[in-house]
Amino acid sequence: MPDIEGLVNDFVAKLSKRKVEGSQATSRLTAELLRSVVSLQRLPPTNPAAVLIEAVRGIGVKLVAANPVELAVGNIVRRVLHIIREEDLSLLTSKTGDLDLSAASDDERTIEQDYDPTQSAAAAAAKSFVRPPSLHALLENMPDKAVPSNIYTSSSGGDSEEKSKADKLARTRKLKHDVIEAINMLIEDIDTCHELIAEQAVEHIHQNEVILTLGSSRTAFEFFCAAKEKKRSFRVVVAEGAPRYQGHALAKELVSRGLQTTVVTDSAVFAMISRVNMVIVGVHAVMANGGVIAPVGMNMVALAAQKHAVPFVVVAGIHKLCPSYPHNPEVCLNDMRSPAELLEFGRLFGVDSGAPLQVVNPGFDYVAPELVSLLITDIGGHNPSYMYRLISDYYSADDFDLQRRIHK
Amino acid sequence: MGAKKGGSKGGGGGAEVAEEELARTPLQAIILADSFTTKFRPITLERPKVLLPLVNAPMIDYTLAWLESAGVEEVFVFCCAHSKQVIDYLDKSNWFDQPNFSVTTIESHNAISAGDALRLIYEQHVIRGDFILVSGDTVSNMSLSQALKEHKERRRKDSNAVMTMVIKQSKPSPITRQSRLGTEELFMVIDPETKQLLYYEDRADNLKGYLSLDKALLTDNTSISFQNDKQDCYIDICSPEVLSLFTDNFDYQHLRRDFVKGLLVDDIMGYKIYTHEIHSSYAARIDNYRSYDTISKDIIQRWTYPLVPDVHFFGNSATKLERQGMYRAPEIKQSHSSKIGPFTVIGTGTSIGNSTEISNSVIGEGCSIGSNVTIEGCYVWNNVTIEDGCKLKHSIVCDGVTMKYGATLEPGVVLSFKVVVGRNFLVPAYSKVSLLQQPLKQDSDEELEYADNSSGIMEVPSFSGTLDQLNEEEKTELPNSQEYEAISEGGQEEEWRHSVAPVPVDKLVEIMQITNEVDIANEDGALLPPSGELGPDSITNDSNEDAEDIRDDSIIFEREVEATFQRAVEEDVTEDHIILEVNSLRLSYNMTSADCAGALFYSVMKLALDAPHDSPNELYKNVVAAVRKWKKLLKYYLSSIDEEIEVILKFEEMCLESTREYSPLFVQILHHLYDQEIIQEEAILDWASEKEGAEESDKVFVKQSEKFIQWLKEASEEEDED
Repeated sequence: MPDIEGLVNDFVAKLSKRKVEGSQATSRLTAELLRSVVSLQRLPPTNPAAVLIEAVRGIGVKLVAANPVELAVGNIVRRVLHIIREEDLSLLTSKTGDLDLSAASDDERTIEQDYDPTQSAAAAAAKSFVRPPSLHALLENMPDKAVPSNIYTSSSGGDSEEKSKADKLARTRKLKHDVIEAINMLIEDIDTCHELIAEQAVEHIHQNEVILTLGSSRTAFEFFCAAKEKKRSFRVVVAEGAPRYQGHALAKELVSRGLQTTVVTDSAVFAMISRVNMVIVGVHAVMANGGVIAPVGMNMVALAAQKHAVPFVVVAGIHKLCPSYPHNPEVCLNDMRSPAELLEFGRLFGVDSGAPLQVVNPGFDYVAPELVSLLITDIGGHNPSYMYRLISDYYSADDFDLQRRIHK
Repeated sequence: MGAKKGGSKGGGGGAEVAEEELARTPLQAIILADSFTTKFRPITLERPKVLLPLVNAPMIDYTLAWLESAGVEEVFVFCCAHSKQVIDYLDKSNWFDQPNFSVTTIESHNAISAGDALRLIYEQHVIRGDFILVSGDTVSNMSLSQALKEHKERRRKDSNAVMTMVIKQSKPSPITRQSRLGTEELFMVIDPETKQLLYYEDRADNLKGYLSLDKALLTDNTSISFQNDKQDCYIDICSPEVLSLFTDNFDYQHLRRDFVKGLLVDDIMGYKIYTHEIHSSYAARIDNYRSYDTISKDIIQRWTYPLVPDVHFFGNSATKLERQGMYRAPEIKQSHSSKIGPFTVIGTGTSIGNSTEISNSVIGEGCSIGSNVTIEGCYVWNNVTIEDGCKLKHSIVCDGVTMKYGATLEPGVVLSFKVVVGRNFLVPAYSKVSLLQQPLKQDSDEELEYADNSSGIMEVPSFSGTLDQLNEEEKTELPNSQEYEAISEGGQEEEWRHSVAPVPVDKLVEIMQITNEVDIANEDGALLPPSGELGPDSITNDSNEDAEDIRDDSIIFEREVEATFQRAVEEDVTEDHIILEVNSLRLSYNMTSADCAGALFYSVMKLALDAPHDSPNELYKNVVAAVRKWKKLLKYYLSSIDEEIEVILKFEEMCLESTREYSPLFVQILHHLYDQEIIQEEAILDWASEKEGAEESDKVFVKQSEKFIQWLKEASEEEDED
C-alpha cells in the first residue's frame, strides 16, 4: 500500500517541475491525491473531522507551494476541506436528527448551539452556517443528508456507554466514507465540466455569428463544437496567442470539425473586433471579484471588446473559481516563462554586447471584472459580481487562507 | 592500430540484432562528476566543481533535475576528485531515493580523464543500451525525446552511427574569437543533409589561422557546410559501442580531442558521429569562470526555465521573483536605504546594511553585508561576511570569506573558501586567493582535481586567527606569499579570456587594433565574410614564412631524392621502387612532379660526374651511360613540356653553380637528351624563347646552343613543309 507521504512527494515533484499542466488535469490529480489521503488517514474516534482537516490542509500547503501559479490546486484543496466540514456537520445534524427529523437550515443553527462545545471542528463548521446557505447548496446537500439520517435513526436508541463508543466508531467510518463519496462526486464534476458548459453553448451562440477567441482552451473548444453539433452555423476567429501560438492548434482542430475558422495575429484583434459578435475565451483562473487570469494578451482583447461593446464571455469550470482576490499577496498572479519562447537564444547574443538584452515573457494577463460580461460555469452563466456568492457555496471561509492556519 | 580495434566490431554486430530489445531498456545516463580540468582552481582544491553553487544551487542539481525531467530513469554518477563530498551530498539531498529515477555512484580514485572514467564504467557492465553522456556541470532544459528518436532511427539504418552530439547556435565574438561561454571558437564541418559530423576543431589557436580539410571530405560528400557559429553543448547520446571503443583505444583520454577527432580522422571501423541542433531550448556547460558568469545570468534571465530560482526544482530554497528579475528569498533582512538592482538573487537569511547597492549579482544564504557596500556582477556564496564600505566588482567570493572594512575586489578576483581580506586591502584584478597552496604546475591541462594531491598543499589552520593580529599592525591581510597567489604576468595575458569579469574594453580595443592593422596590410582579410574569417591576423606573417619554408623544403627534398637515388644505385634497386620512394617523398614535401624530375635529373648527372673521368669526353661518355641506364626513370617524370623545361633549367643551373665541369658539354648533352627523346624539341625551343628576354649572364648557354636551336627550328619547319 503506498504511503501518504510518498504519494504527496511524488505529486509535489510533478507540480514543481511543471510536469502537470492545465487546470483540469491538475484539479483532477489533486482531488485524486486528496481522496487517497483521506482514505489512508487514520482517524481517532473523537473529533475525526478536525484531524482530517488538519491533514488535508497540511498537504494542501505543500501542494500550493509546489506550483503557486496553478491556482486550481488550492481551489481543490479548499473544496475538499469544505466537503469534510459539510459531511461532518451533516453527520452531527443527522445524529440529533432523531430528535428533530426535519433538518431545516434554520433549525441547524439552534442544534449547533446546543451541541457539545468541545468539538471544535463542529464549531468551525458551524461558522460557515452563520451566513444563510444558498438554495443551490441546500439542493446539493439534500441527498447526502437523507442517507445518514436514515441509518442513524435506525441504529440509535440504546443509551449504554458501549453503544455510544461503537456509535462514534461507526460515525468515524461513516464520515470517511461520506467524504470519499463526495470527493468522487467532485472528481466527476471536474471530468464532466466541459460537457456541462458545452450544453449551454446553443443558448449563447446564434446563427451566423462571428466569435473571436484567443489561444487554446479545451473548454472553449468543446463549447464551439457543441454549438456546431446543434447545427448552428457560425464563424470563429482565432487569435494565435503569441508566444506559445496555441491558437494555431485550436484553429486546426476547429477546421477538422468543420467549423469556419480564421486565424489572425494577436495584434489584429482590434481590427477584427468590429466584425465580431461575441468573444468567448477560456481562462486560467477566475478570482473572487469576478476578474479572470488568462493567457497573456487577453486584457487587450477584453479592452477591444469593451470599446466596441462586444460581449466578453468567459467559459470556465467551477474548479477554476478561486476564493482569493487578485490583490491578495499570496496569490502568485503570473508565471515568468522562458524568453526562449520569444526569441531563439543563439541568434540573439554576441559576446561583447554592452547592456544585456532583457526579454520578459509573462504567462498571464489579469482581466478586470468590469471587462467581463458573462462567466459560464458548469452550473450556468453568471455575472462577475455573483462570484462571491458561488464562492460561499463551494468554500468555507476558514479555508481561504491555508497558510495562516498551519502556523497556529 | 587496426588489429586493436577488431574486438569492438564483434560486439557491435551482435548488439545490432538485439537493438529492438535494447530500445525497451530504461534510458540511462552517465554523469561525469569531474571535469578533469583545472579551470576552476583554486576553488576546486577544496570542493568538487559539480558542487559549486550556481545561483544558489549546486551545479549537479541542475544536471540531475534536467535528466529526471527529460525522462532518464537510471543515472550513473562517476565521482573522482573529492568523490566523498559528491556522494555525501547526493545522499543528503535525497537524490538517491527518488521514485522512478535511480542514481548510482561509481567511485574511482585513479581515473585521470574522461576516457579512464568510461573505461571503468564499461568494466562494470551497467550500460545496457543507448545512454546520455554529460558532465555534472551541464545546465539544460532541452527535451531529449527528439534527439533520441533521431539517434535510434539512424541506428536502425546504420549501426555505425554511434553518437549524436547536441549543438546549439552561438556566434563567437569576431574580436576575441571566443564564444560567450569563454570557449575557443569551434569549427565544424557537417553534412547538411544527414547532419553527420565530418570535422571538429576546437583549438583553432594552434592552427595559426589556417584550417586544412581533407580533400576526401569534398569528394565523398555532395555538400558540406562549414560552421563556426555553433556551440558544443557536451551532451552526447551514445550507443554502447562508445564505451567499448574507449576500452579498445586505451590511449583515448579526452572526449572531444581524442575520441571525436579519433573517429573522424582515423575513420575507425566506419563509425559515424551525427549532430542534433537545438534551437529554442537551452543547453550549456560550465567550463570556465566566464561560462559560470554567463550561465548564471542566463538562469536569472530565465532561459533555463523551469530550472530557475523561483521554481522549486530540487532542493533549492524557494525565492520569489519580483520586478526586473530580482529574486529574494522570504527571510532576508534588508535595510530600507539599500538598493537591490535588477537581475539579482538574494539567498535566505542574508542581511543587508544601509545604503548598500547590489546589482547583477548572486548573494548566497546566511551572508551578512554591511553598510555602504557596492556589489556589482559578483557571485557571493554562503555565509560570507562583508563589512562596511567594501567594493566588489565581477568577482567570485566563496563560502566563509570575510572581507574587512573597506576592502576592494577588482574585476576577475576569485576568493576561495574562508579567505580573510584585511582592512582597506585592494585585491588586484584577476587574482585568485586560496588558503591552500597551489599544487606544482603541470604541463598538461588534463590533470586532476584531486584531494590526494594535497600532500603538497600546506594547510594553514590558524590563518584567520593570526590575521586579526596582523591586521592591527599592518594594513594587508595577505602576508604569506604561499597563500596569496597572484597571477603571474604571463598568466594574466590570457586570464581575462576566461575570467568571470567581462572582457575589459581596453583589451577589446587592443585586439581590434591588431586585427585592423593586419586587415590593412592584407586587403583580402577585410573582404572575407565573418564566417569565413579564419584568423586574418596571422596571414601576412605566414605568407613570408611560407615562402621561406618552400625554399627550405625544396632543398631538403632534393637532397632526399639524391640520397634515395644513390642508395638505389648502390643497392641495385629497381626503377619501380625508386619511383615509389620518390613519389612518397614528393607527397610528404608537397612537391610537384616537375620538382621530382629536376631532382632526379640532378641525381643522375651527379652520378655520372662521380664516376671516374679524366677529360670532358670521358665525362660525356659517363653521362651517356647514366642516361641510358636511367632513361626510363627520367621519362616517368617527364610527362609534359613543363617538366622537360624544368630539367633544362636545372641542368643550366648545375652548369652555372654546382657542377661547372658540365658547362663545356652543355650543348652536347642537350643534344644527346634530345636524341634519347628524353627532352623534346618543343621544350628546348620554349626554353630558348623564355630565355630571350633574360639578362646576358643568363644567356650563356642559350648562346652556346644557338646552333643546335637553329637546327631544331629548321628541322621543325621542314617537317611543317612536309
